[in-house]
Amino acid sequence: MFGQPTSPRIRAALAGTLSAGLVFGLAACGGGGDDDSASTDASASAIDCAPYTKFGDLKGKTVTIYTGIVTPEDTPHIESYKPFENCTGASIKYEGDKSFETQILVRARAGNPPDLAIVPQPGLVKQLVATGKAVAAPADTAANVDKFWDKAWKTYTTIDGKFYGAPLGASVKSLVWYSPSEFKDAGYTVPTTLDELKALSDKMVADGKKPWCAGIGSGDATGWPVTDWMEDMVLRTSDPDTYDKWVNHSIPFNGPEATAALDAVGGYLKNDKYVNGGLGDVKSIATTTFQDGGLPILDGTCSLHRQASFYAANFPKGTKVAEDGDVFAFYLPGKDATTKPVLGAGEFVVAFADRPEVQAFQTYLSSDVWANTKAKLSSGWVSANKGLDPNNLTNPIDKLAGTILLDPKATFRFDGSDQMPAAVGSDAFWKQSTQWITGQDTATTLNNIEKAWPK
Amino acid sequence: MTAATPVTTTPPLVADKPSASKIAKKRLSSPWASLAAIVLAVLWTLPTFGLLVSSFRPERAIKTTGWWSFFSNPTLTLDNYRGVFGEDGGVNLASFFVNSLIICIPSVLIPVSLAALAAYAFAWMNFPGKNILFLVIFALQIVPLQVTLIPLLEIFVNIQLTGTFWTLWLSHSTFALPLAIYLLHNFMREIPSGLIEAARVDGAGHVSIFFKVLLPLLTPALAAFGIFQFLWVWNDLLVALVFAGGGDEVAPITLQLANLSGTRGTAWQLLSAGAFVSIIVPVTVFLLLQRYFVRGLLAGSVKG
Repeated sequence: MFGQPTSPRIRAALAGTLSAGLVFGLAACGGGGDDDSASTDASASAIDCAPYTKFGDLKGKTVTIYTGIVTPEDTPHIESYKPFENCTGASIKYEGDKSFETQILVRARAGNPPDLAIVPQPGLVKQLVATGKAVAAPADTAANVDKFWDKAWKTYTTIDGKFYGAPLGASVKSLVWYSPSEFKDAGYTVPTTLDELKALSDKMVADGKKPWCAGIGSGDATGWPVTDWMEDMVLRTSDPDTYDKWVNHSIPFNGPEATAALDAVGGYLKNDKYVNGGLGDVKSIATTTFQDGGLPILDGTCSLHRQASFYAANFPKGTKVAEDGDVFAFYLPGKDATTKPVLGAGEFVVAFADRPEVQAFQTYLSSDVWANTKAKLSSGWVSANKGLDPNNLTNPIDKLAGTILLDPKATFRFDGSDQMPAAVGSDAFWKQSTQWITGQDTATTLNNIEKAWPK
Repeated sequence: MTAATPVTTTPPLVADKPSASKIAKKRLSSPWASLAAIVLAVLWTLPTFGLLVSSFRPERAIKTTGWWSFFSNPTLTLDNYRGVFGEDGGVNLASFFVNSLIICIPSVLIPVSLAALAAYAFAWMNFPGKNILFLVIFALQIVPLQVTLIPLLEIFVNIQLTGTFWTLWLSHSTFALPLAIYLLHNFMREIPSGLIEAARVDGAGHVSIFFKVLLPLLTPALAAFGIFQFLWVWNDLLVALVFAGGGDEVAPITLQLANLSGTRGTAWQLLSAGAFVSIIVPVTVFLLLQRYFVRGLLAGSVKG
């Protein structure tokens, strides 16, 4: 179409571009073929179709599922759908996208939603229901949730009396990462009360260490690790009932309970004797990304790092995450050894279609069969599904998290900032927490967040 | 006029008043200007160079130290490149690379061919409402593409195009057309009308004038616009995010690059290698066709 197609430069450019494309295209075909054959071999050997007969024959039907879960965590998800696909004949189309949280709203509003979405926050479930495109979960799914989950979980996605989404995975946030070998060499013991944790930190200071390290940098979401710290402390300095009231704003955000909790966090994070091991002073917390916040444990320049179970994935390949390995975590203790509040988070499966195959797959995902299938396949994943056998969890940190979640004495509470209105939970709370780390006092911080709460 | 007069008077004139281009040449090639150009070039290239060095460093080194520490402790690895080609079960950029090419080529050809025809009509044909229509197209450049995302997606949903390449081809073409028509129109107006009239006298109709007279002259403008459009589409993330929804079959490389670091951003050592894979094509296109860039930059600036 151009007048001088014989120009050597254009020809060279075209040739270069096309050959690069061909090389990658061939590489893609080769790679794809290998993956497929390997995975079907693995799953075909261990399939028992009995639990799937109730879903009937779904041959030729397709269910699309859209999530924010991308590589490498997506592979076990896709693998865990294989038994369902092989036994019912349905095919599941998985789409992972890191911009899920904004794109799902765009797609729901434009009328182009997926069949199912894995939504990581109850607040977002509410927004999706408000678009009018989400459909309520079928009775079978609700029955599974009643059977397998603590009843608190069902309330997170029950909106105006209708139940929208079964929980899927969960993560435990009340964990402190440490180095088992350091503890052994220095004779430290894992604390069982909050006072013991403080005593342990002081002992480490006396040994000439800076015990804690932290990082709260996370792009637009900078500050969220502090909100987790604070929620954990509200659960410990007050009690779970007060926590619920605080999250639902039936007591003010800046009341005495919250002030006590944030000051308790300050006792650790704003104490320049305690922080920031291996990274700098108190202010370096704000400039360190949360991914890097706990890495100094490996260098021995930091001893303790409070972060959720998913942090295991942050340690470089080859790090042994186990009770006798390079790093491990212990439960962030309660006020005394008898109370066990657990802060956590999780995902929910919300449907935008009520075709039989979508409902069948939704029900499958809420079952104990799926939870156990998934547990065997993945590492770095747990669920609060009571039908989950902790022995199926393959790696030690998952087993620890699973045990904490399924402990009947533990009181589970969902991450508060995920439930608060977006203006607070994913805006003011994060920003003011960052200000607080860089020097703002507790009262101003809490007053500013209270002011941001939508009337 | 005698021939001797200019010969005797012109040399001193040139010596006193050098032409503007000579002044510019002299000033631009002075040592200070060269120094400034070199400093700018180094500053501009340094981050890319750092990215290149980073892409060959081991994971732990990337996560703990800056790329410049490579020079005191050089360790090279191809692990990051293996990682972006799906060696450890992660993303394989190769298939998305092909998707990007499939998206880019029609997204360049459609607006270029439509805009060339439209520009011809606006430049050399008379029809009622021509000026108003041209003004409207010109004004469309002001509409930010973000405001059109949801309405456009609604249209695609209604005509059941979602999950296909058509959504991307059509939306990229739509967003490119106003500027393309405006640029090519200005370029066509610069062509002397005598040329068109001569063709008409020889019995050429609009079709043969367009293909036989104008198209050969338009090549630099078409090529320049094509390059710009190609780079824009190749590097686009926003349009792809919104319209490529529907699975990996239609996702371009930029979308996977955004997902490369993993659900919680833990695998960001792969980003530098991924970035280098994705810039192969733009860099190739730029290096081989760079002479068209300057012409392209000038094409729209001259009054038509």
